[in-house]
Amino acid sequence: MILFDILFELFITFFKVGVFTFGGGYAMIPLITEEVIKKGWTENASELIDFIAISESTPGPFAVNISTFIGFNQAGVLGAIFASLGVIMPSFLIILFIASVFKKFADNKFVVGFLKGVKPVIVGVIFSVAVKFILKSVFDISIYDLSKISLEWASILIFVIVFAMTRVKKKIHPIYVVLVSGILGLLIYGLIL
Amino acid sequence: MVLRLFWTFFKIGLFTFGGGYAMIPFIHQYAVEKYKWITDEEFLNIIAIAESTPGPIAINSATYIGHKVSGLKGSAMATLGVSLPSIIIIVLISAFFMQFKSNIYVEYAFKGIRVGVSILVLNAAIRMNKKLEKNFFTYIMIVVGFSLLLFELLPVIWVIIISGIIGIVYQIFKLRGDDLV
Repeated sequence: MILFDILFELFITFFKVGVFTFGGGYAMIPLITEEVIKKGWTENASELIDFIAISESTPGPFAVNISTFIGFNQAGVLGAIFASLGVIMPSFLIILFIASVFKKFADNKFVVGFLKGVKPVIVGVIFSVAVKFILKSVFDISIYDLSKISLEWASILIFVIVFAMTRVKKKIHPIYVVLVSGILGLLIYGLIL
Repeated sequence: MVLRLFWTFFKIGLFTFGGGYAMIPFIHQYAVEKYKWITDEEFLNIIAIAESTPGPIAINSATYIGHKVSGLKGSAMATLGVSLPSIIIIVLISAFFMQFKSNIYVEYAFKGIRVGVSILVLNAAIRMNKKLEKNFFTYIMIVVGFSLLLFELLPVIWVIIISGIIGIVYQIFKLRGDDLV
């Protein structure tokens, strides 16, 4: 019964994530962060960032990867399946509906209006997640204890190098960003410090 | 035919790193050029639909193309095909990751990787920002979304629903020719 409850909750949570994600994988991160931390499905924000890193560097849609990851951690293979089914189901149902009855969907004025409001807000929301992740990963603080900020040169150095790299080579694949920052972490924390 | 759908989307799921947009060229190559399941125009239409509906673009396009080729059974097989590689690979990796994450060198690498992921998220926001229309309404919405979530004043879902309603109202006023902004 307990397993059933967990599976059901995984399915419902990721179904919700699937319904409210507009604009691809990254748009999913704010809602996943909120839900997963609220439910205590990761030990801390750092572990969630690790999951995101792995989901970005493995093949397939990011959404399915991250749901499988969290589902597997909560309830093994069954958890992985229920979480992925949850995140897939909304798109599946909506597209079936559009493909069979509502072909002019993308030109509908309500759809156009809805997206006009949602798209810029999502960009702002993703910016806020970026700020929180940077505070956590570079300074190891949250937005509420900014006064405790201390300058750790090692993580700042990694940030500057990797950020410069992605700005020079804008089309760089996420997997290289993960690789380079991993190697830098290993070198700087492992060998120098 | 259904089996070929499954297998094609399985390959697409297996060989594309980096999610939805990386998949578009592959989907075009198989579904339009090789198997002629859909025309170029339908392909563009699918992308427009995928961008205006929630959920991963990979799932959206697999469902649509599957439906076109052989109805409900087709969409189920194509969607299953594109998702299955991820599920298998991630299950294998997470079993592996859980064993090694307490290793000190893995921890060093992940300390660096977390910085890298923050940059990926930051760049995604910058990239999505560039694709937006530039006007007063857009800027306001970005600032509102940013400030509400930075301090967690409202759950993400409510922010999306409310901004969608504001967008619809804005669009209706604009269509009437009133200069709202």
